[in-house]
Amino acid sequence: MPLPDDYLVYPHRAKGPDHDRYDASPYRERPPIALPGGAKLGVWVTVLVEFFPLNPSGKPFKAPGGMQTPYPDLRHYTTRDYGNRVGIYRILKVLNDLGVKANFAVQGAVAERYPVLIRDIVGDGHEICANGWDTDSLHYTGLDPAVERTYIADTLNAIEAASGARPTGWISPARAESFDTPDYLAEAGIAWFGDWAHDDLPTAFRTKSGTMTALPLSNELDDWQILIEYKRPEEEWVLQVTDAAALLRAEADRFGPQILSMVVRPYVTGQPYRIAPFKQSLKTALAQPDARAVTADGILGMAG
Amino acid sequence: MHRDPNLYDYWPYRDRPKIVWPGGKKLAFWVAPNIEFYEFDPPPNPSRKPWPRPNPDIVPYSLRDYGNRVGHWRLMEAMDECGVRGSISLSIAMLDHHPEIIEACVARDWEFFSHGVYNTRYSYGMSEEQERAVLEDSIRSVEQATGRRIRGYLAPALTHTEKTMDLLAEYGFWYTCDLFQDDQPQPIKVKSGKLISMPYSLEVNDTITYGTYAMSPRAYADALMRHFDQLLAEGDESGTVMCIPLHPYQVAHPHRLAPFREALRYITGHRDDVWVTTAREIAEFYNANCYDQTLADIERRGLARPGSGFSGAAA
Repeated sequence: MPLPDDYLVYPHRAKGPDHDRYDASPYRERPPIALPGGAKLGVWVTVLVEFFPLNPSGKPFKAPGGMQTPYPDLRHYTTRDYGNRVGIYRILKVLNDLGVKANFAVQGAVAERYPVLIRDIVGDGHEICANGWDTDSLHYTGLDPAVERTYIADTLNAIEAASGARPTGWISPARAESFDTPDYLAEAGIAWFGDWAHDDLPTAFRTKSGTMTALPLSNELDDWQILIEYKRPEEEWVLQVTDAAALLRAEADRFGPQILSMVVRPYVTGQPYRIAPFKQSLKTALAQPDARAVTADGILGMAG
Repeated sequence: MHRDPNLYDYWPYRDRPKIVWPGGKKLAFWVAPNIEFYEFDPPPNPSRKPWPRPNPDIVPYSLRDYGNRVGHWRLMEAMDECGVRGSISLSIAMLDHHPEIIEACVARDWEFFSHGVYNTRYSYGMSEEQERAVLEDSIRSVEQATGRRIRGYLAPALTHTEKTMDLLAEYGFWYTCDLFQDDQPQPIKVKSGKLISMPYSLEVNDTITYGTYAMSPRAYADALMRHFDQLLAEGDESGTVMCIPLHPYQVAHPHRLAPFREALRYITGHRDDVWVTTAREIAEFYNANCYDQTLADIERRGLARPGSGFSGAAA
């Protein structure tokens, strides 16, 4: 099929990215950031706390981890639920053992269904941020803007009701956005979000309602990517986290403090055979000189 | 559609005329960073979706931008340390979007070749005029930005038409990286002019190894060193080419760069036997010293078939 003439028209062919959210910026040319306690390597753990409906619409695509077999997919539903019942308490224990405070990115549906879990997370001193309503309430272009705003408001309301505090951080379900999601998030009072993977450091992100901070939430090192998508054994995951920590720590001496982001899912990392490797990788990263655990609020408070 | 592209003749690897690279080297080694731009909201092409999810597909889009903000600088430093000049597979629009990267590459005397305008604009379905426009844009834009004439091509996202190779030869390109039939260059059967295939690689391409083959960073480094050892040993018989195609948004992540750098140090530590060079320099040497002997050998073996790419092919 022939292509239209305008297939070779390039409306955004100009300096910088082809959107107006941020400018080009080689990371080595920026002023160094500061991290809490003068840390050189901030180890930022984010736990995704998701709800997977048994009857997903799959629109506009099926979220990673969603139901796979014909209805009723009890096998995947209960495996994901295992994460929120058992696995997450294993992760909490590791974090307590190591004295690590983390971010728990909670979906509104989880806050509504399991408020006791939210109280336990808060009780352990962790920081809550929002992860959208559920894994079948995806943000995408074509979704009615009113519906998208409702997803955001319902999520923040449900988390506030369960935790007593309104979240100021956000990660979209499946890290999926419409063209306008950042504008709606800023409008709803969100200060930072973690959907974009364009940097290793926090960056300013323009919206119609002011500037948000895009935090460098890892995609390539996260448990789903390495253990499920790439099917690597746990010991390789540990090595990769170890190598990443060493490289970032070395760069910190030259370019200022760096952030190592680790993203885990309770139904993946919270399995009995994976929890010790998780603890091992966390310990190894924290063993770098001047490394310490950081949360999003800690990064933002000092990053300006 | 054809059963066989007829772009080159079958040519067995055994008993070929000997290639000796400059300085008596056995293996020509080049590194091809793909410095690419993928669009946030690319137009549709009926033959291929630009992103797995609907536009905007935030994570893969922003990961590629990571290459241009973070990855490039980390990879370039590792290549500097090992004394490797890159041969850049360039999305031509990068000249406009990220001149700071282009300037750093020019300062290092890296080579540029065209990888289309954007890696989200595919050749599938292009008319001859459209494909010509892409090639003319490529030649003109690199010349304006760097003063240099490009001599190589890798089709955007490896999307081709039946006319691609003939057009490359007509526009004075010396080599194409689009064909994977050999570990040595080979003349391509074009309607007019002279074009060779330059060994690139999908097998040790970081996108394939990390992604499709799901190799760990250390496994990839091991694969690169084994690949090198084998090609170096074979280069004793007749000079081989090894290319490492890279993407700064893949190889330069904090968990991947150090093992890769170890492999690069290993390979470039063999300079007595290895010509660390660029694709352009390999093509220039090959055309001057090996092109004719290859054609003669194919002829002598009775392997030359009539016609040229996509025409005159025996079924």
